[in-house]
Amino acid sequence: MKEKINEMKKEEVQIKEMKKEEVQIKENKKEEFKSEGKLLVQNKTVVVPGQVLAEGFDFLPSYGTYRKGDKILANKLGLINLEGKVIKTIPMAGRYLPKKYDVIIAKVIDVGMNAWRLNINSAYNAMLISKEVGNTGGGYNSYPQKGNLSKIYKLGEYIFCKITNVSGQNLVDLSTNGPGLRKLYNGRILYVNTHKVPRIIGKKGSMVNMIKNATGAKLVVGQNGVVWIQCEPKMEAIAVKAIRKIEAESHIPGLTGRVKEFLEKETGNKITEETNEHSEEHKQSN
Amino acid sequence: MNNDSQENMIRLLSEGLRQDQRAFDKFRDIEIEYGVVEMAEGSAKVKCGNTEVIAGVKLKLDKPYGDTPDQGILMVNTELTPMSNPRFEFGPPSIESIETSRVVDRGLREGHAMDVKKLCVEKGEKVWMVNVDICPVNDDGNLLDIGAIAAIAALKNTKFPEVDKDGKVNYKKKTKVSLPLLEEPLPVTVIKIGDHFLIDPTENETNVLESRITFTFRKDGKLCSVQKGGDGSLTVDEITKMVELAKKTVESNRKALDKAK
Amino acid sequence: MTYKNRLDGRKNNETRQIIAKAGVIKKADGSAYFKIGKTWAYAAVYGPRELHPRFMQNPNKGIIRYSYIMMPFSGMGERIRPGPNRRAKEISMVSQKALNSVVNLEDYPNTVVDVVVELAQADAGSRCAGICAASIALADAGIPMKDMVAAVAAGIVDNTVCLDLDYEEEHYPEFAKEKVDSEHVADIPVACIPSTGEITLLQMDGIIDSTQLIDAVKLAKEKCAEIAEIQRQAVRARYEGDKK
Repeated sequence: MKEKINEMKKEEVQIKEMKKEEVQIKENKKEEFKSEGKLLVQNKTVVVPGQVLAEGFDFLPSYGTYRKGDKILANKLGLINLEGKVIKTIPMAGRYLPKKYDVIIAKVIDVGMNAWRLNINSAYNAMLISKEVGNTGGGYNSYPQKGNLSKIYKLGEYIFCKITNVSGQNLVDLSTNGPGLRKLYNGRILYVNTHKVPRIIGKKGSMVNMIKNATGAKLVVGQNGVVWIQCEPKMEAIAVKAIRKIEAESHIPGLTGRVKEFLEKETGNKITEETNEHSEEHKQSN
Repeated sequence: MNNDSQENMIRLLSEGLRQDQRAFDKFRDIEIEYGVVEMAEGSAKVKCGNTEVIAGVKLKLDKPYGDTPDQGILMVNTELTPMSNPRFEFGPPSIESIETSRVVDRGLREGHAMDVKKLCVEKGEKVWMVNVDICPVNDDGNLLDIGAIAAIAALKNTKFPEVDKDGKVNYKKKTKVSLPLLEEPLPVTVIKIGDHFLIDPTENETNVLESRITFTFRKDGKLCSVQKGGDGSLTVDEITKMVELAKKTVESNRKALDKAK
Repeated sequence: MTYKNRLDGRKNNETRQIIAKAGVIKKADGSAYFKIGKTWAYAAVYGPRELHPRFMQNPNKGIIRYSYIMMPFSGMGERIRPGPNRRAKEISMVSQKALNSVVNLEDYPNTVVDVVVELAQADAGSRCAGICAASIALADAGIPMKDMVAAVAAGIVDNTVCLDLDYEEEHYPEFAKEKVDSEHVADIPVACIPSTGEITLLQMDGIIDSTQLIDAVKLAKEKCAEIAEIQRQAVRARYEGDKK
C-alpha cells in the first residue's frame, strides 16, 4: 500500500514537473512571439524588390511592402516611410496612375464627333466629352457644337484639365469645367517623373512659386508628370534646369535650400521669404 | 508634330538659345570607347549627349560579286529597335533605318574609305566581306552622324582574324593586321528650323525641323556624299550656308576620333 | 579524370566577374545592363502602356512582352543575320515566363510592359544574363514585383557540376588539356526567385543523370541568392551615389 502511495506521489511529482515544463515552454513561445521585431532599414532609405525590411511580427506591412513568414519585404522600388509600426514605401518610379479629382495636362490624340481622346502620360488614355468643356475651356461662351470639336481643341494640343472619374476598367473621364482649366499654348511642354510632382510643387506651392518668382515664368504642373512653361527664353532654360534638379535630387535632404541657391546664382535675383510666401490658393495655376 | 512646339523652339532660337543651351554650330560632347565587344573583329561605343550607339564589325570570307571579282565587299546595316526608342518597331527595316544605313554606306563607298582590292584573297573565288552593324542603345537624335562615327571607329578598331591552312577562318584568334583603311568619311547633318541652322539636332529639334542635309566629308576636305531630307525646301543661299557650317564642324569630330584609343 | 581544375581556374561554384548597372537607357521607363564575363546584356522596359492589338489584352491584369535580340556582331564566329529567328523566339518566351511569377500587374489591366533585351556580346549564358538585366530594368521602372529574378547557367563538364560555363567550357573536349571521361557537356540555364527559392526557368541540353540535374539546380539556386544581391544593389546605386 505504501509503495502504491509512493508511486502515486512520484507520479504526482512527475505530472507536476511535466506541467511546469509545459508552462515553461508556453512562456518561452510567448517570449519569442513578443520579442522585438527587428527593423533592418532606416527611414527614408531607398529599398528595392525582395529586400528584407524587418523581421518578427511587430511590424505591419503596408503600401509597397508585404509579409512573407516572419519577414517583411519590399515589392517596389521606393523610399521607406515609417509610421510607428507600419512600414510603407513612397514610390520613386513608375507611370502615372490616374486618380479622381487629380488635375493634369493631357494631349489630344484623336478628335471625334462628340468627344476627344487624350494621352495623359499613363498606361491608359482618357476621354473628354463636349459637354464637359467649361466656359473658359476654349474661350467659348456657348455649348460646343457637334462636329466642330476641332475648333475648340485640335490634335496635338495640350489641355489643363481635371479627372472626373476613373472607372473600374481604368477608363478615365476628363473635364475642363473649372477655374483655371484651359488649353495651354505658346509654351514648352516638359515630361517629369510623376512621383516627383509633389516635390516640384512643394508645400502649399512653395517650390513652384520660388521658380516662378525667380524666373518670371508661368508654370503649370500637372499631377501626371506633364509641366507647361511659358517664359522669356533666357529664363526658360533656368526654369527647366531647376525642375530637372528637383527631379534628380528629390530624395536628398536640403533640396529647397539648394534650389534657392541655384536660382539665385543663375538669375541673379535674390529670393526673399516674402516673395516665396505669396503662394496662391491654386497650387497649379499661374 | 505640334505647331506650338515648333513656334516655341523658333522663339528660343531667335534669342540665340537652344533647349540644351548649346551653340548652334556645336556637337554635344563626344565620348568614344574602342573595342567594347572584344569578340567581334572590331567595335566601338560612342556617346554624344544622351544618344549612345554601339557599332561592331564582322569579317567573313566569301565569293566576290560577279562584276567585281577582285574586290572585297563592304556592307553597312543599322538596327533600329524599340530598345533605343519606343517609336521604332520590330519587323523589317523601316525606311529610316534603311536611309541611315545607305547614307553611311555611300559615304564609306564613294569616299573610298577602304582599299577593297586589298580585301581580295583569290580573284573570282574568295574575298573578305566586311559587315558593319550600327546598334543604337539610346536615341536622342542624330543617329546618322553618331552612328557613322561609331562605324568608322569600329572599322579602325578591326583586326583580321587568323585563317588556317585549309582556308577556314579562326574567329578565336586575331592577327595584328588592320583593315586597309584609306579614308575616314564623316557625315555632318545640318537642320533648318525657321531661319536658323543647327548642328547635331536632339530628338525634340528633329521633330520640328523643316529640312535637313547630311554632308559627308573626307579627311582631305572633299565632299563624298550629300543627302537632303525633310519636307521643306531650301534656297541655294541656304544650302551654301549649311555646307559651310558642316565643313567647320567636321574637324572637331575628327579630332575626337583620333584622340580616343 | 573528372574536371578538377576549370580552364580559367575558377572554382566549380564561381561565376565570372559580374558588373550590373541600372538606368543606362534614358528613354526607357527602366533599364539596365548586366555583364557576366564577356557576356553583356542590355535591357529596356517600357510600360505599363496600352496594348495593341486589342485581342492580346488581358482584362484581369497587364502582361509582359519580352523580346530577346542578339546584336549581329555579338556572337563567337560568323555574323548573326538580324531578324526573327526561332531560337530568339523561344528564349523570349521562356524568359517572359521566368519573370511572370514575380511581377504583379493586377492594377494595370489591358496593358503591356515591353521588355527589350539586346545582347551586345554573347559568350555563353546569354539568356540568363538577359533575364538578370531585365529584372533590374523592371525594378528600375517601378514595376510592382515581389522579388528579383536571378538566373545563371549551370553546366556539367566531364561529369562535374559547375556554374556559368564560358564558350570554351561549352566545347570542352576541344579545349581539354587532359583526357576526358565524358565527352558530353550539359548546359542547364536556371532562373530562381531568391526569397522563395522557387525555380522559374529550367532547361537542359546534354546527356546527364537525373541526380546530376538536381545537383546542378541546387548549385544554381545557391548562386542566385548572391546574384540577386548584386541586382538589388544596382537598382539602389542609382540613388545612393548622391548621398555623400
